[in-house]
Amino acid sequence: MTSVVLPSSRPREETPFRRFVSQFCESRLALVGLAVFVLIALAAIFASLIAPQNPYDLAQLDIMDARLPPGSSSSVGYTYLLGTDDQGRDMFSGMLYGLRISLGVGVGSAIFAAAVGTTLGLIAAWFGGKIDAAIMRLVDLQLSFPSILVALMILAVLGKGVMNVVLALIVVEWAYYARTVRATAMVERRREYIEAAECLALPWRRILFRHLLPNCLPPLIVIATQQVARAIALEATLSFLGLGVPITEPSLGLLIANGYQYMLSGKYWISFYPGIALLVTIVSINLVGDQLRDVLNPRLSR
Amino acid sequence: MTATIEVRNLRTHFFTRDGVVKAVDDVSFSVASGEVLGLVGESGSGKSVTGFSIMGLVDPPGRITGGSILYQGKDLAGLSERTLRMLRGNRIAMIFQDPMVTLNPVLRIDTQMIEAVRAHAPVSHSQARTQARDALGMVGIPSPEERLSAYPHQFSGGMRQRVAIAIALLHNPDLLIADEPTTALDVTIQAQILAEVQNLAARNGTALIWITHDLSVIAGLADRIAVMYAGRIVEAGESEAVLDRPLHPYTAGLIGSVPSRNRRGEALRQIPGTTPSLLRLPPGCAFRTRCARTDAMCEQEPPPAEPLPGRMARCFHPLLPVPA
Amino acid sequence: MTVPMIELRGLSKRFGRSYDAAERMSRAVARRFGARLTDDTVRAVDGVDLSVMRGEVVGLAGESGCGKSTLGRMVAGIMPPSAGQILWNGQDVATLPPDRAKEVRLKVQMIFQDPYASLNPRLRVAEIVGEAPRVHGLIANGGFDEYVDQQLRQAGLDPAYKRRYPHQFSGGQRQRIGIARALAVQPEFLVCDEAVAALDVSIQAQILNLFMELRRTLNLTYLFISHDLGVVEHLSDRVLIMYLGRIVESAATDQVFSHANHPYTQALLAQVPRIEARKRRFTTIKGEIPSPLSPPAGCHFHPRCPHAFERCTIEAPVLREIAPGHRSACHLNDQG
Repeated sequence: MTSVVLPSSRPREETPFRRFVSQFCESRLALVGLAVFVLIALAAIFASLIAPQNPYDLAQLDIMDARLPPGSSSSVGYTYLLGTDDQGRDMFSGMLYGLRISLGVGVGSAIFAAAVGTTLGLIAAWFGGKIDAAIMRLVDLQLSFPSILVALMILAVLGKGVMNVVLALIVVEWAYYARTVRATAMVERRREYIEAAECLALPWRRILFRHLLPNCLPPLIVIATQQVARAIALEATLSFLGLGVPITEPSLGLLIANGYQYMLSGKYWISFYPGIALLVTIVSINLVGDQLRDVLNPRLSR
Repeated sequence: MTATIEVRNLRTHFFTRDGVVKAVDDVSFSVASGEVLGLVGESGSGKSVTGFSIMGLVDPPGRITGGSILYQGKDLAGLSERTLRMLRGNRIAMIFQDPMVTLNPVLRIDTQMIEAVRAHAPVSHSQARTQARDALGMVGIPSPEERLSAYPHQFSGGMRQRVAIAIALLHNPDLLIADEPTTALDVTIQAQILAEVQNLAARNGTALIWITHDLSVIAGLADRIAVMYAGRIVEAGESEAVLDRPLHPYTAGLIGSVPSRNRRGEALRQIPGTTPSLLRLPPGCAFRTRCARTDAMCEQEPPPAEPLPGRMARCFHPLLPVPA
Repeated sequence: MTVPMIELRGLSKRFGRSYDAAERMSRAVARRFGARLTDDTVRAVDGVDLSVMRGEVVGLAGESGCGKSTLGRMVAGIMPPSAGQILWNGQDVATLPPDRAKEVRLKVQMIFQDPYASLNPRLRVAEIVGEAPRVHGLIANGGFDEYVDQQLRQAGLDPAYKRRYPHQFSGGQRQRIGIARALAVQPEFLVCDEAVAALDVSIQAQILNLFMELRRTLNLTYLFISHDLGVVEHLSDRVLIMYLGRIVESAATDQVFSHANHPYTQALLAQVPRIEARKRRFTTIKGEIPSPLSPPAGCHFHPRCPHAFERCTIEAPVLREIAPGHRSACHLNDQG
């Protein structure tokens, strides 16, 4: 009877996830980025609790308080920490609520685009042939148009509105996911553990989502963080151009747009602070994404 | 016969997050000009790291922590990177298991070889090209003039390895270190490469260190064999003697595992257990967890001993032949 | 005469590119102008006939590019053949109804070469081994853990470590996990595709012993694919030698190794390094293995054969019986 063989090393319970986390934490910059992003996200989620004013509630606005510089006190009692815009809206509150919209739209569209794009990319890689060709031509078509143009065209048809913006962003973004996932899936598909799954007569849906997908995650995660940043920037651009979210639910982009006209007349704060908020959000996401890319890459080449 | 290279008490340790890996732990050997030394071991034995240490190619978190590598009286372990670079590829060369480690896939062969020639010799471009062409011919590549303009991917695996060997031998090095160069190749191609290397080494008096896990290859090639286990040399001696009458139980186990040494259809003699992790080596003899002859004495690390003249073994209970 | 467990008749696999409209047009134009364009078709496996009886271990040996791995994958059902038939116990698998075909699929399992790539790195060992039997309903309700434990023990692994991930095991242990995974679906036939090539010699011995033991205890039949003739000789009852997609010789093991008939087999055996050999000059076959994209006409081996004559360059020799149970494909056998 062959003797029972034990694993020669007895390490602590080391799941792939824990290994990933410890490698991620090696970069202090990335941790800072993550912390900042989490802070921003929390601020956006709890905006209604933190903000001194609800900027969407027209009753709370005092048009007489319009365009006050940062630090001025309001007629109601609190301080306009970052000044007010031309509607009398507290910039700080406006930014917090605006972050909500920006993050919500950015992350939401990224999630749905990822779902659609990943599924299509996996199917293209798995079946190959005509299905692959059809999906990839669609992707090529999608990617040959500038994203702004596509988004503008969709919004021109659908009109303004948060959900419409999300829809437009999904249409713009899915192709990146599809292309990236397809490339990784095509490599992984040839690997022996997938052949083994086929040999074991597992149904193709199971192989696709249980075996192939988890091993295509690394580039997907990296793309996803980049795409969230892109989506936020794109939404800001659309709103800046006046074609994104409505005035009643301003995102950071719209806030920047509102204050644009006052930039040169000394009332910088109306554009400046939302701009800073946008910048910090996107940079923090990119820092996290950079470290993710570094951590996830060496593991791909075993 | 003075040794071309003499390694004394070499230690190369890797300082990883999980602890210190003593990849090479007190290794000593010497190779004379024209001699072939077979460095045999399984994965994790430290044989490749030994080769890298001699070449000065150990990257952080590893470094040589002790011992000396004497080449022409100079200790390579202490030399600056600049001096080492003048020796590498010139007086001491190395070939690897994957020839693409040596060859740049985006450059033509002649570009790479000319670069290798002119790195160590002040010759003109055309002279270098001639040297390159002759080198290719020497390693048995047909129509070398045409093949010079080709890219690595246009060669088969065996041909690429020959090109890598040609590059290694361009400056007629005193020492050639070969790290498993034929492991990934077919038997027929392997035989060709072995023949070429044997030829070239004999003709030029090159000292050859052949690193491998394949005892059958080393049987036909090496003058002397050193068997490595867990970073130490556990046995060394003339190859015929080591293979016919091994002293160390590990060597005997390795030889016994080879299928051709066992009767057909019978269970192969196997060494029980697995190689211990280098992070958690048991104190004393590293092999004692798998050895049938172990006892309390083996909890001390066996020093290199000479149980028979010309034979080295790190074992308190070597398989000595029964006296007549 | 009992029916062979697996029989291959005229099995072929061609890899080629099908050109789209634009490429076809440009190729037609180029040909018009005299360019000699070959269709990029590789005949990886070219008309192979093979039968394996129940309980046999058939060794398939050859060098890289000979098509043995492709053949193994077709037998295991992972790769569809381009031509020919695969028969299981006399029945053509291509004609079976889906559920019966799936049954046969599970009866033939494969052990892969690379212990690092053949296990899904994201799954725990228990899941790797137990997934297929669970999906196919081979495990009684609530008996999952016990079933997995049993499979692991059979492969020589301690079930206590089944919640670990593959990267925490060594190469030899991973290979055992792969074996446990294959055994878990209760196969009758194992295709071992260079299953020990990536392992150290001492671990290789352990795994080979495991194969031999499983043959006894589970009554398994093997197709053992390897380039290592020493391993093939030790394990197999019968040996087939492949060269560039064709079988060139087939006989009982000791016949092949002591009375090799085909010049390629002879050359191969002469070049295998043997531990008994002492410092020697290595002999070589001249030339390289030709590219499978443009194999030599007639007998594939003729450019490298020391005995080649004119007929060898024109006509491909047929695998013929030259002695009881010993077949060889060489024109030299036809000469009186």
